[in-house]
Amino acid sequence: MISPFVQSILIFGGINAILALSLYLPFSGGQLSLAQGGFMAIGAYTSAVLTRNFGIPFSISLIAGAVLSSAVGVGVGFPALRIKGIYLLLITLGFNEVIRVFFLNFKYTGAVGGFGGIFPLTNLFNLYLVLILLILFFHRFQNSRLGRALRAIDQDQDAAEARGVPLTRMKTFAFGAGAFIAGLAGGFYAHFVMFIESGTFGFQRSLEAMIFVILGGSQIFYGPILGAFLVTIIPESFRFLQKFRFEIFGACLVLMMVLRPRGILDEEVCQWRWWKEKFLGKGLK
Amino acid sequence: MFLQQLINGIMLGSTYSLVAIGYTLIFGVLNLLHFAHGEVFMLGAFIGLQIVLGLKLGIFGVIVGAMAGTALVGFLIERVAFRPIKKEYFLAPLIATIGITIILQEMANKIFGSEPVGFPQTVEIRNFQLGPIGINTLQILILSISIFLMVVLHLFVSNTKLGRGMRATAENSTTARLLGVKVNRIIVLTFMVASALAGAAGVLVGMAYNYISPYMGAQMAGKGFAIMLLGGLGNIKGAMLGGLILGVAEILSVGYLASSYRDAFAFGVMILILILKPSGLFGSLIHED
Repeated sequence: MISPFVQSILIFGGINAILALSLYLPFSGGQLSLAQGGFMAIGAYTSAVLTRNFGIPFSISLIAGAVLSSAVGVGVGFPALRIKGIYLLLITLGFNEVIRVFFLNFKYTGAVGGFGGIFPLTNLFNLYLVLILLILFFHRFQNSRLGRALRAIDQDQDAAEARGVPLTRMKTFAFGAGAFIAGLAGGFYAHFVMFIESGTFGFQRSLEAMIFVILGGSQIFYGPILGAFLVTIIPESFRFLQKFRFEIFGACLVLMMVLRPRGILDEEVCQWRWWKEKFLGKGLK
Repeated sequence: MFLQQLINGIMLGSTYSLVAIGYTLIFGVLNLLHFAHGEVFMLGAFIGLQIVLGLKLGIFGVIVGAMAGTALVGFLIERVAFRPIKKEYFLAPLIATIGITIILQEMANKIFGSEPVGFPQTVEIRNFQLGPIGINTLQILILSISIFLMVVLHLFVSNTKLGRGMRATAENSTTARLLGVKVNRIIVLTFMVASALAGAAGVLVGMAYNYISPYMGAQMAGKGFAIMLLGGLGNIKGAMLGGLILGVAEILSVGYLASSYRDAFAFGVMILILILKPSGLFGSLIHED
């Protein structure tokens, strides 16, 4: 079977991929959210409390955590709707920290001491089942009415509104659904590491999610997934350079932004035509 | 009690101001959210420490040395992670500075160790008692050095040719270029000035708290963002005042609420400002919708 080391990389890769997708959804509508770490915290704490203290099955508590996270996401997303770009990035970063400090002080979940003794319920099977379901969802979603509406908002908000796209509803939906997915990632995370503390869900976590998306490519949903796995695997595969693997990762990030600032994958690369033209030459249609 | 905390808050706030000015300068001139600026602040503290331990210089030598060191770091960051990157995608330079953040933090971790260290005393501490308020020489020194640096920066930006170039670039870099401002040189200068201020702040904070760690930059980054927004993006005077306001507010919240809410305070302020008055208290230079 798979060694525990490979298994843990695969699981972290899967969790990170879910987290990356949670950022990608609002981002495909032009909203960059740095609150995903905080939403993940809500999902993690809620589901962990439900399974440990109330004995509720994993699947139900996972969904409960995601729903709560999504409710908070809609709540905080609503005032954030009228701001964009750098401002949105900063306000969501602020929300992330407020959520973190809340858990830092919340006595019921252990406050500073963290919340331990969570059952190890995450395994490759249920994690990848959810990831595959999400991939199916995004596959159907990207060319659906909602998906196209989000992309229209991303490209030109005013034009989209003029064409009858309900801006407020679409943005709230994207924010809430993103928070839902982040809550799922949090639930899986809590039931894999078995001990959670507020520090793990700081805005650095959200920055990480942003790195997944930007590095992998933000135009198509395969990008964030690829980015998440790459970022999980790259520092591990430089283990022979043990001491300097994070420096190398940082350097890779800078280099990547110099060479291909929009990420590895874009819509063009994801079409068969591009590969055919690449390898068989142009003219072959 | 209240006056005492006000004094402590102003002292803390003046160091925040120095860091926040760097953020706002860089954001104003380059339209870049410089994530690695907190790490430059941290490096300033460590460079200062090395100068104290190695060269046994006095406080002014330490600060000048740290400022020179971090100015160099700022220069390198501009060369490596800003200049080569195409600007049309606003997230690309931002991600590159995150890459630099990771590199600097890990390097500091390796070179200086991950354990927090103390800062040796460089000035003789004497306490003065002014009625109910106690104040010591170290606090006076920190406050006067930060105010001195801010005044110098203000004079530089408002009265010199380079400062004028900086303001012109912040207002509109294309027009500035057309009018003969050497924009690339101004950008390098902005990075160096901002980094030097952060370096000085690093030393001052290190002395004030007698505590330096490779992770102190990340905390400062969040505060720097909050102050930058509070004062208005790109507004230097706003950043100075905003730093003082946040410093006082934090100290008061520690005094009258719980200390573990202290970090949430900066972010709460940030959220309120963004919702209620996105241009900041003192007006924003940048109009981005």
